[in-house]
Amino acid sequence: MEFSLFPRDVFAELDRLQREVQQAFEFSPSIRGVGRRGYPALNVGGTHQSVEIYAFAAGLDPATIDVKLEKGVLSISGERKAQLPAVNEKASVHVNERFAGRFHRVVTLTDDLDPNAVQARYRDGVLHISIKREEAAKPRKIDIQ
Amino acid sequence: MNQDQTRREEPALLPPVDVFEDSTGITLYADLPGVSKDRLNLQVDGETLTIEGEMNLAMPQGMEATHAEVSVPRFRRTFSLSKELDTDKLQAELKQGVLKLRIQKAEHAKPRKIAVQDG
Repeated sequence: MEFSLFPRDVFAELDRLQREVQQAFEFSPSIRGVGRRGYPALNVGGTHQSVEIYAFAAGLDPATIDVKLEKGVLSISGERKAQLPAVNEKASVHVNERFAGRFHRVVTLTDDLDPNAVQARYRDGVLHISIKREEAAKPRKIDIQ
Repeated sequence: MNQDQTRREEPALLPPVDVFEDSTGITLYADLPGVSKDRLNLQVDGETLTIEGEMNLAMPQGMEATHAEVSVPRFRRTFSLSKELDTDKLQAELKQGVLKLRIQKAEHAKPRKIAVQDG
């Protein structure tokens, strides 16, 4: 798919779709509830040198976002305040779709990452975390003697 | 098919919005993470408001996706406005991926207290 931001294998995509459909019809697929996506939405990608995580979390104060990396598990948490007016004011709410409240998402990453080489940047409402792989884990060319 | 029509057929995500109304107008918030000011397109055509934005993410070369929940780099959503809204007085502000739109009501449409006279 040429429009895809993170192009993937078409068969993997179909697999995922099938799983999602299955989950939607199963009575209780998981102890943590229905397989609905959490907030914020996450994209994860990688290169030989690093792992890149994108969290789509618009409208946050970067100082209030908590990012932790522990033993290859990355957690992102914070809070997004509601922008809707208080109930007693002279205003009526027509649509209320945007997420508000505390959020917490956890991603399990590979364990070849260097916890001291993490960079996090928040721009245009996207939190981009870049984690370097450890020196030893990078592919190397081996000389034949 | 002209250029405009082909653009409209590109797949896009529906951004979540909050809309509320007070006596002077309507306020709309839309989540457009990844969209910068220069890639946001707001259009009023008659009584139709269209919000459209392209994401612009910094991605290192040679990156391969392993997990993607956002797979389309574009947002689009259309709203029907009503006559009492004054589209000439539309204020837009984009901050950290959140668009805030304020549409004032036309002067004649603002609520007025109507005095009831004795018969």
